Amino acid sequence: MSDENDNELRGDVTKSVAGEGTYVHGGAGEPQPPADQGTRSGVGRRRKGGPEEMMVPREKPTTYYGRPIVKPPVWKPEIPFYFFFGGLAGASAVLAATATFARRPALARRAWAGAFVGVTVSPLLLVKDLGKPSRFLNMLRVFKITSPMNVGAWILLANGGATTLAAGLNLLDEDRRGGAPEVLAAALGAPLATYTAALVTHSAIPAWSEARTEMPFVFAASATASAAGAAILTVPADEAEPARRLGIAAAIAEEAITALMHRRLGPLAESYEKGAAGRFQKVARACTIAGALAFAAGDDAFHPPHRRSSLGRLSRSKDELRRAKLRNRLSMAGGTLLLAGSVCKRWSVFKAGFQSAEDPTQVIQTQRADRPRSV
Amino acid sequence: MAGRVLDLDTPAWPDTYGEEARPRVGFFTDTSVCIGCKACEVACKEWNKVPSDNQGFSGESYDNSGELGANRWRHVAFIEQKLPVGVEDGAPDDLVAEAARQNLVEQGLDPHRDEDGFRWLMSSDVCKHCTEAGCLDACPTGSLFRTEFGTVVVQEDICNGCGYCVVSCPFGVLDQREGDGRVWKCTLCYDRLQGDMEPACAQACPTDSIQFGELDELRERAAERVEVLHERGRDEARLYGEDPEDGVGGFGAFFLLLDEPETYRLPPDPVVPTRFAGSVWKAAGAAAVTMVVGIAVGFLGRRD
Amino acid sequence: MGTSFGRGGATTFQQDLQNSDCIVIMGSNMAECHPVGFQWVIEARERGAKVIHVDPRFTRTSALADLHVPIRAGSDIAFLGGVVNYILENGREFREYVQAYTNARTIVSDDFRDTEDLDGLFSGLDPESGEYERESWQYKGMEEAASAGERDMGEAEGEQAHGAHGGELEHGEPPHEDPTLQDPRCVFQLLKKHYRRYTPEMVERICGVPKETFLEVAEALCENSGRERTSAFAYAVGWTQHTVGVQYIRTAAIVQLLLGNIGRPGGGILALRGHASIQGSTDIPTLFNILPGYLPMPHAHEETGLDLYVRRNAPPTGFWGNTKSYMVSLLKAWWGEAAQFENDFCFDCLPRIDEDHSHYRTVADMQDNKLEGYFVMGENPAVGSSNSKLQRLALAKLKWLVVRDFSEIETATFWKDGPEIETGELKTEEIGTEVFLMPAASHTEKDGSFTNTQRLLQWHHKAVEPEGDCRSELWFMYHLGRLVRQKLAGSTAERDRPILDLTWDYPTVGPTEEPDAEAVLAEIGGFDAEKEPLADYLPLKDDGSTTCGCWIYAGCYKGGTNQPAKRKPAGEQDWVAAEWAWAWPMNRRILYNRASADPDGKPWSERKKYVWWDAGEEEWTGADVPDFTPDKAPDYVPDEGATAQQALRGDEPFIMQGDGRAWLYAPNGIVDGPFPTHYEPRESPFPNPLYGQRSNPVRDEYIRPENPINPTDGEVGADAYPFVVTSYRLTEHHTAGGMSRTLPFLAELQPEFFCEVSPELARERGLEHGGWATIVTARAAIEARVMVTERIKPLRVDGRTMHQVGLPYHWGDKGISTGDSANDLFAFVLDPNVHIQEVKAASCDIQPGRRPRGPERPKFVAEHLRRAREGA
Repeated sequence: MSDENDNELRGDVTKSVAGEGTYVHGGAGEPQPPADQGTRSGVGRRRKGGPEEMMVPREKPTTYYGRPIVKPPVWKPEIPFYFFFGGLAGASAVLAATATFARRPALARRAWAGAFVGVTVSPLLLVKDLGKPSRFLNMLRVFKITSPMNVGAWILLANGGATTLAAGLNLLDEDRRGGAPEVLAAALGAPLATYTAALVTHSAIPAWSEARTEMPFVFAASATASAAGAAILTVPADEAEPARRLGIAAAIAEEAITALMHRRLGPLAESYEKGAAGRFQKVARACTIAGALAFAAGDDAFHPPHRRSSLGRLSRSKDELRRAKLRNRLSMAGGTLLLAGSVCKRWSVFKAGFQSAEDPTQVIQTQRADRPRSV
Repeated sequence: MAGRVLDLDTPAWPDTYGEEARPRVGFFTDTSVCIGCKACEVACKEWNKVPSDNQGFSGESYDNSGELGANRWRHVAFIEQKLPVGVEDGAPDDLVAEAARQNLVEQGLDPHRDEDGFRWLMSSDVCKHCTEAGCLDACPTGSLFRTEFGTVVVQEDICNGCGYCVVSCPFGVLDQREGDGRVWKCTLCYDRLQGDMEPACAQACPTDSIQFGELDELRERAAERVEVLHERGRDEARLYGEDPEDGVGGFGAFFLLLDEPETYRLPPDPVVPTRFAGSVWKAAGAAAVTMVVGIAVGFLGRRD
Repeated sequence: MGTSFGRGGATTFQQDLQNSDCIVIMGSNMAECHPVGFQWVIEARERGAKVIHVDPRFTRTSALADLHVPIRAGSDIAFLGGVVNYILENGREFREYVQAYTNARTIVSDDFRDTEDLDGLFSGLDPESGEYERESWQYKGMEEAASAGERDMGEAEGEQAHGAHGGELEHGEPPHEDPTLQDPRCVFQLLKKHYRRYTPEMVERICGVPKETFLEVAEALCENSGRERTSAFAYAVGWTQHTVGVQYIRTAAIVQLLLGNIGRPGGGILALRGHASIQGSTDIPTLFNILPGYLPMPHAHEETGLDLYVRRNAPPTGFWGNTKSYMVSLLKAWWGEAAQFENDFCFDCLPRIDEDHSHYRTVADMQDNKLEGYFVMGENPAVGSSNSKLQRLALAKLKWLVVRDFSEIETATFWKDGPEIETGELKTEEIGTEVFLMPAASHTEKDGSFTNTQRLLQWHHKAVEPEGDCRSELWFMYHLGRLVRQKLAGSTAERDRPILDLTWDYPTVGPTEEPDAEAVLAEIGGFDAEKEPLADYLPLKDDGSTTCGCWIYAGCYKGGTNQPAKRKPAGEQDWVAAEWAWAWPMNRRILYNRASADPDGKPWSERKKYVWWDAGEEEWTGADVPDFTPDKAPDYVPDEGATAQQALRGDEPFIMQGDGRAWLYAPNGIVDGPFPTHYEPRESPFPNPLYGQRSNPVRDEYIRPENPINPTDGEVGADAYPFVVTSYRLTEHHTAGGMSRTLPFLAELQPEFFCEVSPELARERGLEHGGWATIVTARAAIEARVMVTERIKPLRVDGRTMHQVGLPYHWGDKGISTGDSANDLFAFVLDPNVHIQEVKAASCDIQPGRRPRGPERPKFVAEHLRRAREGA
């Protein structure tokens, strides 16, 4: 037998720990780092001393064969889409209501339609995730403020009602000036767009829970962007101007808050930047920024610097036609991009929850770190 | 510890039960005498008709059942470890290093903690039946409820499978059952309790590693037990989840561990999500308002 | 145990372990295989006892022990012999105890030669028969007497052996003895000489146990023995399944006797049995060579007869002096009215032993077409027995086979989908065996009793009716007998009398005509002349007036009540719990408990008082039923010509022994040596540093083509089987798996067959954790998932590194969890006393990857052996 073995027999620990830990404690097939289970290791052979037998320091954090501590969500793909449509519905309702009061009937009608579509699709998605309609009704047995899921169900229901009513009235009456239904739909629309953020942050999953302050703003911004995007697609350009501005503002806000959130999350931000979540996040950012730029470009195209020349009239009108075309294309593109960005954003957040749950060290680091036991 | 005021009350117990409230019961799982026989896992499945869940050979020591879930309400963890010789297992790393440097081993400190400091930890995990239960708070249907014994139970006829409790449990206890959609977890043998029988796992445990009883009494027993172990120089022994001051207001089923909780796949300092509900709702509200204002502002300005 | 103390059962009970100051668990994985009893080990530890686990592997038992001592499988005698040497060299023995209660003082025949003199052999080895002639082993002056009964004793010994072999001892006094223990020919001095070379250094060399660790164990035992303290041993099949299994236990007996730990609370040797009623199956045996109560089965002699049998088998002194009463009462229980003084109480109706008919002999005969039919009940030899391939091949030679079990086990399906069908070694269409699979009722579906590890009879009541055609063993045997008797009815042939005259009249109950189990218990418990149930075995007579189905069980139906059914809660009685079920003999929980008091009858110490002499009441009293004649004073001296127990003095506690003393030296009752000696396992990669004689010279070895033996140390090709392999059980499964692999909740906990190896061996052989390995011996190649774990440590043996491979043996090809059978690997090599196979230590090779399939599999095995023998 080799000397190496002889040494190990006498318990040369520096060797036996590093190597053997990986065997015993690795999951079947793929050996895992000694970190797993490799707690403090021996100080070397019994009754023998010597400088060569210094401690192999415990590697932290220890996990149980790398198994997750919290369970990943059991939610299906309907859920991120529900987040999106809820946001679209909510923000659209606010946008629509504001438009109604601001006397922009064209914009209002389209926005109400968007809100209506969103608020109709949402419950369908929920029911599909739950399996059967009756299961959705179970949520309405009680009202529980401690359960964002329950509160959300009620919000969705109420907003659905108000939105449907308001949308109906606005479609019937071209010059409606707005009233209680619009106010209600808007008042419930905003929370409909942000409660889904509370839904995920009110959980034991570190990357979600620790993002509790920023997430609702991210959702709000993303929702607004999607509402604006949806409106732009359907509204005549000259009516859509506020939506365009909102789209740009929302996009900027979304990116800013997201950056802020990631900085504050520190290591936990990994869940949003790596893997599937990371890919969705990149696409979302690209779409959102591109969408905003398209809007801006379109906006710029709509407001040329005024050249007052006596001979300018004819050329101006030609020029205007060309620009109108370009403007429309840019609007369509921008709207689509914002919607796509909003969908991807929700998917990114959704996936981040899974990735965070599957990494036990996130739970351990978060809980080992000094932090309040309640806020 | 013993004799101190034991804070047992939960948000829904005993008040909501009034006369019908029964003493709050739970488990004290003393892993220092667990022999890893898994009788608890089997007894639980037999009594509660929990489906079998064969995951094949895991290679994770003698643990082939992984973790708690819809089809496993008791789970025995197996951890193979090397520990420093001649130094108490629970000692902080720097002390261990120091001991190594000084060769405390030479100075007659027990060099025989399982020849060269190797040990095999076993521990039976179970739902913690928290004083402040994340699953119960999160449940949108009221399917999860607090029983007259202060335990947390799922009513299968009401559960709608929304899965919100799954992400709300800091311990990853609950899970959805394949092809059923609903969540299942330890009921602390609610049916047996109503028949004045102890839960199946506790009854099956041959070494009393799983002790069932009234929670206040269990907490006192545990405090004494940990003191005894410390007197014997087993400083690594520590209680986990017995403290009403912790992030879930104390566990209904708590443990005596011989290493850090994470070694056993337990969160080191769990906090029920509800504790953060305030800031969560505040942020959501603020965001909603900001959105309304922001959109309104978007309409200001020039009109052509 | 029988040989050393007089009875073939655990000397103590599991609850008594809580009183121990030191518990050595060796050859047992108590926490995994006896988890419920292990609570008392934990209790002892909580009370400050030191718990030591000596085992090749770090198991769930080691995890709870204060000290785990890794040892090379198959070297325990060297270890324990080392302890004996340590005790004697340092004068640590419990002198008064040894002098008074053991045969240390007895002078041994001048003809006796020790292994020290004959380089590993004792005197009397007959090269022809390969057996020992034991005249020279006898006590001085008794050589003739002992040899008389010897032929009958030949088979009926070992773990099941009773103490009926003291030879003719006048008044229990050996003719020659030296109370000072100084005579060079006295047992004490011979013992000293025999173990002199079992030094700590030798222990380290043979066992791979570092000297310091060994000394810690030896010292712990000595420190915790004596008047004030006691130590206990617990063992299981890790000791019995060797070619020297019985001698393992003998060595422990010697240690415990020298330390004075037998018959005292917290002391003793706890034999942990492998199944619910394995103790019961030797008390009322399923063995070919003994009758109920360890009465030897008569042999086929020229001239035979009851009196001759008694003379051959029983000393006149000690309780075996009543052998005739026990035998006659048994014959009366079996043949009732037909058994009369005139016809020797039907003694001639008993079968006679012509030769070995143990399990492995029977299977070999099967393979040689000497058997037509075979009953397999509650056993699964196709998985659970050594060289299970040979077992399966042999089954295919039968005309008919009856298997009774809960499910379709491998033994019942070898003919259609066994491994040999896949390899082509057997072809279904060529197998003539007619298999009858009979569904069995489980213990919850029938009344009956278990006799557990501590001789405790516990009754279980039927909870539910068995489903469908499931029936109890009792039902099966009773009705089978009834039908046979029906067929023979009216026959006048003499050979049919034994069957027709049997008392076969148990009342039956219920729609299934289930025989009343309590009626059977009553018959076993025995009746006096007035047909009143016996209270104990003392009233048994040799005149045919009493009946008793098993004399040591006499009293289990005391007062007409089912004693084993007693279930008084622990809270309502003391820790001995005499009213929880019933233990044989006479409900004694600690055997030989007279030894818990000194020769004068006073407790050795207040701390360890248990049974003592109450001078006032003039009787023995204490926590337990005294294992002694209740009113025999400590100073009692037998009269001239006294016989049986009357011939034993008042200070001789081992009342089954002819000389009333425990045997450090066994002149009889054991076929492979009066002193245990370290022999290497039959298949060992190491030499025997102590003697020229490598392994047990009188071992039972089957030399036949289906049972090739690995080349061992010193032979060409030994290095082709360089590792030690040992088999064992897991908590999650039951023996051959028939009762656990079929149950989903158990199967999922240990879903696959695996082997345990050290990280070092894994590195050396390229074994991947979680991957596959092929383990090969001269007999078979099997595959298992690889569990690389630090729980297996390479040891330093005889100057080189020794690797061990651990194999749980539960798997077969039936059930939910399936896998290769570890027992395919092991050989037909047995302990000569009890014919138990050596599966706890053999040699093997291990290679990464899965084994060959189909016909390639046997080729692979043969090829490996061929290359080995050619030294390639």
